Amino acid sequence: MRPDHQVRRIPWAVLVFVAAACVPWLGSRFYTFLATDIAILALFAASLNLLLGYTGLVSFGHAAYFGIGAYTCAILMKTYGMSFALGLAAATMAAAACALVFGAFCVRSTKIYFSMLTLAFAQIVWAICFKWNSVTGGEQGLSNVPYPNLGWMSSLPMIGSLRAGDHYYLLVLVLVGVAFACLKRIVESPFGSILTAIRENPERAEFVGINVRRYQLASFVVAGAFAGWAGALFGIFNRGVFPDFAHWSKSAEVLIMAILGGIGHFWGPAVGAAILILLNQQINAYTQYWPLILGVILIVLVFVFPRGVFGAVHAGLQRLRNRRHA
Amino acid sequence: MLDPAFLLAQCISGLTAAMFLFIVASGLSLIFGVLRVLNFAHGSFYMIGAYMAWQITRWAGANSVSFWIAVPGAALAVALLGGIVERLFLRHLYGREELYQLLFTYALVLILGDVARIVWGTQQLTVARPAGLAGGLEVLGIVVPHYNLFIIALGPAIALACWLLLSRTGTGRMVRAAAQDREMLAALGADVGKLYTLMFMAGSFLAGLGGALVTPVRSIVPGMDVDIIVEAFIVVVIGGLGSFWGTFLGAIIFGQVLAFGILIFPGFSIFAVFVLMALVLVVRPSGLLGREVKR
Repeated sequence: MRPDHQVRRIPWAVLVFVAAACVPWLGSRFYTFLATDIAILALFAASLNLLLGYTGLVSFGHAAYFGIGAYTCAILMKTYGMSFALGLAAATMAAAACALVFGAFCVRSTKIYFSMLTLAFAQIVWAICFKWNSVTGGEQGLSNVPYPNLGWMSSLPMIGSLRAGDHYYLLVLVLVGVAFACLKRIVESPFGSILTAIRENPERAEFVGINVRRYQLASFVVAGAFAGWAGALFGIFNRGVFPDFAHWSKSAEVLIMAILGGIGHFWGPAVGAAILILLNQQINAYTQYWPLILGVILIVLVFVFPRGVFGAVHAGLQRLRNRRHA
Repeated sequence: MLDPAFLLAQCISGLTAAMFLFIVASGLSLIFGVLRVLNFAHGSFYMIGAYMAWQITRWAGANSVSFWIAVPGAALAVALLGGIVERLFLRHLYGREELYQLLFTYALVLILGDVARIVWGTQQLTVARPAGLAGGLEVLGIVVPHYNLFIIALGPAIALACWLLLSRTGTGRMVRAAAQDREMLAALGADVGKLYTLMFMAGSFLAGLGGALVTPVRSIVPGMDVDIIVEAFIVVVIGGLGSFWGTFLGAIIFGQVLAFGILIFPGFSIFAVFVLMALVLVVRPSGLLGREVKR
């Protein structure tokens, strides 16, 4: 469970970022598509981990904020013709504002009640997206969300010759990178330490004078804001927003990503997102019963690898290191 | 607008919906009250109950008794399924964090949903109303189907039966003791493991029963599992998780608010329910009849 604060000798994050930035030059539209998907959902999963791994709150409704972000940005850009920058900012604010309102109810309850409430509120958001035809497009959603104007990229050297999808991917990569940097700063800040203290022992945290609920709420809002950020990016990537974005199955999916990668590590959820998306891509080629496979994966995770991939690898490395020292 | 016939029709339809919800949600509440496990798969059990009822009426053929075989048959089949799930998997998760219990039951939702799609396909299935209850009763110019009246009578009967079982029998006493303090009960020599299996089966039975009973009124479709579980959650949040009569009250309030919410938010009556839930949470975070949870 404990986030890993070891000194890293190799700047893995930078290496991965640079490698990811090279994807458009592989020349395949499909690789760019996959990489965009992974980058956005990695951020979504990491935002959930602020609650799950750092604050110790099991949210089963995180997709609500993803959906709010996606819808806000898409509606502003499509219906009102606003720029992408404004849309993204508004999406993040809207998601944070909703997280503040819903979170205020949710943090009053603990444990299982918290999970149920987050789920119930997410279903409200889903129901609104599903029913409010005049604004959200109802069941059909909003399609043909415009791409941000990235014409300026065409005039840049090297990048200019790439496709529009590649341009958007590079933009996503930069924006996701910025968000990850912010999240990393947050979890390593004194604020992040307080969240960890709350996770480890809420009563004790209360005794040393921490207002537990207020910090939990703050964590909920920050996580919601980053989910909204990811949602806004995803809506444009997907060229449309649909009520499914806020559905509880989406909330569960991102939870599974986080657990699969390992919630004890900052990068665990991102790795989980990558694995799950690649796996989904592979398995969909063979069968339409992806939920069945996902369910089986989940059972294996719960019973065999509760710490996720990162946890398992970490334990393996630790064992090797101990053997070397012995 | 406030035509009495309309009000009565809304009230009856709300009560019928409430009783279906109560039957399902009481199982959820029972399992949570004793095992402290929030079973996401409860809605899936409900769905399996509905499909099993359809299957059994299919096997039994079109006659007047097939429905009355199908309902208990489906409920028992689901109870058996619940018993297997508890014995093989769930019992290994009792000591673990809630997160893993939730994830496991969610995995069941995914798996059972696909299994139902593989076995029964994706088309809508319907079950005819049982022969004895096919008619209707005319009141104030509207026709209330006999079947709805039957459900409205059955709900309180089940509630009463469960309450008597819990408060008047030896097993019921054990169940209440287990909900209070499982270690103590085990120390006194009771077989808590067996009790847990039994309670999980009883809860699953109620889910299957609800699913089987609903078939003459609503068509059986994939996705009904998720719809009902969210509604059942709201009911137990309103009534108080783990509180038996709270669930009953919560279901009735849910049904009535849903039925009359149409007057306030036309087309959006589900919002009235959510608003109500938020209100209850502000005033009483542990639900109307729920006790403050220890720890």
